[in-house]
Amino acid sequence: MHRNLQKIKEKAIEKALFLSAFFSVFITLGIVGVLIFETFEFFKEVSVFDFLTDTQWTPLFAEKHFGIMTLFAGTLLTTVIAMSVSLPVGLISAIYLSEYASKKIRIAIKPALEILAAVPTVVYGYFALLFVTPLLQKVIPELSGFNSLSSGIVMGIMIIPIISSLSEDALHSVPMSLREGSMALGSTKFQTSIKVILPAALSGVAASFILGISRAIGETMIVAIAAGQQPRLTLNPLVPVETITAYIVQVSLGDTPTGTLEYKTIFAAGMSLFVVTFGLNMISYFLKKRFREVYE
Amino acid sequence: MRKIVISLLIMLVLLSAVIVHSAQLIKVDGSSTVYPITEAVAEEFQKSEKGSTRITVGISGTGGGFKKFCNGETDVSNASRPIKPTEVELCKKNGVEYIELPVAYDGLAVIINPKNSWVDYMTVKELKKLWEPEAQGKIKKWNQIRSNWPNKEIHLFGAGVDSGTYDYFTEAVVGKEHSSRGDFTSSEDDNVLVQGISSDNFALGFFGMAYYEHNKDKLKIVPVDDENDANGKGPIIPEYENVVKGIYQPLSRPLFIYVSKKSADKQEVKRFIDFYMKGAAELSKEVGYISLPNTAYELVLKRFENRKVGSIFGGHGSQVGVKIEELLKKE
Repeated sequence: MHRNLQKIKEKAIEKALFLSAFFSVFITLGIVGVLIFETFEFFKEVSVFDFLTDTQWTPLFAEKHFGIMTLFAGTLLTTVIAMSVSLPVGLISAIYLSEYASKKIRIAIKPALEILAAVPTVVYGYFALLFVTPLLQKVIPELSGFNSLSSGIVMGIMIIPIISSLSEDALHSVPMSLREGSMALGSTKFQTSIKVILPAALSGVAASFILGISRAIGETMIVAIAAGQQPRLTLNPLVPVETITAYIVQVSLGDTPTGTLEYKTIFAAGMSLFVVTFGLNMISYFLKKRFREVYE
Repeated sequence: MRKIVISLLIMLVLLSAVIVHSAQLIKVDGSSTVYPITEAVAEEFQKSEKGSTRITVGISGTGGGFKKFCNGETDVSNASRPIKPTEVELCKKNGVEYIELPVAYDGLAVIINPKNSWVDYMTVKELKKLWEPEAQGKIKKWNQIRSNWPNKEIHLFGAGVDSGTYDYFTEAVVGKEHSSRGDFTSSEDDNVLVQGISSDNFALGFFGMAYYEHNKDKLKIVPVDDENDANGKGPIIPEYENVVKGIYQPLSRPLFIYVSKKSADKQEVKRFIDFYMKGAAELSKEVGYISLPNTAYELVLKRFENRKVGSIFGGHGSQVGVKIEELLKKE
């Protein structure tokens, strides 16, 4: 009798543990389900062809157009700008921290870099709008008050810690024997870092890049505040644009009634975003496995 | 332990007494254009009531405000245009009757950056060419509006699509309510527009003139010519005189509050409206709008006291170029 009770108790505990472990999986499935359902409803009214080829995006106006390209151009533009800031800076600081910095400096700088990641994105947004843009306007008088350049740069700054910290972990875990071997063959420290350590840690570094890119694509607050919410098909970084995420914010802030076509557009836009970031995460996963160098 | 429980209980009783005491709450929502007036009146009113009545004033746009109002969620709705047929329908469905009270005039201001040296005035036709839906993706540069203007990209800013300001502007300029191009920065928060235009040499935007009055040093106003000499010759600036005379056309308009008939029976709402009509002339000027003539406020208050429900405009939405006191006298 007592033993039976014990068994039931064990089973219950096991079930509870299982449920909490799979909680996040269920949530993800739920989100994907809602996205797919609402997107499906959306495409009943708007053809996929129009969605992908139209060059205008005006779902909230009397003459409606649903060209996701317009928003995609905005997202692409800000992401490219952000990555051209965060990739070089992030990677260089990772190499410095892992290969050059003394232990003392490493301990001091790493947490400082990570503080950047802890700044709320709304703060970054106003930083871009009220500080970076006026500063850039002194150099480029043509620059609009809302533009993708300054929001892209600030987004890049925000992403630096993601890239530097993950790449640094990857570089640091390359075995000491490789460095010693390279040095023994007469390479300088720089040659060792670039030609031996970096290729050895490539899978981790590449994964950090891709994580950075998905972060840039999904970033919302900075672009909603500083990029202008102006859906236009352009790749000019000096003028206002609207990204997919900024559009979702715009609709959610107004009072679009539930169930209308306008309301469904945010799910279609969200779905496009999800497809892209999911794809990127898959690539990152694949890279990690495929190029992983195993030592010992 | 017992002491703690007892003191907690006492605190709870005190707290609930406070909550019950401050139960008089008037809920207002709607137009961000009317917001400054109502908020100013509400502040003064709460002071005079010594805190026994609380008023919350939201800004979800005229359309957004009416949605809540017609669902019976609010007592008073701010509106920068008369109620529309779809909203009349919604109110009817939910059994919400309303009293329409004009409170001031507003001029819609067309605004550019102070560094813009080429624009001296614009005609309504030019504004239409710039803002109509067909312009989207085509009219992108200043010299497409007038050939001697620079060959530079134009950046547009305008009131959000849920606002009465947007409805009125499109009705007056494009000729069809809620119809315009979509590639402009559209925000319910007029401060975003001020920020955008003041930091962009090639910007042009529109919003209620109160926000211009408060940011005069950062913005420049564009005189508008409707090419109709009956409404004053040549380009006209939205100044007090011009709006009252009715010659800043088609971009000046009356502003309203709508009071739910059911709420109008509450004592605190009655006191608030009475206070509003007596203070509106002065406070509307103070926040940058143009007050109605004093006789008009008396007529409006009478309208409220007689519980006259429905809209003077017959529920058709925006109408261009109306003089409130004439309409009120006709009744």
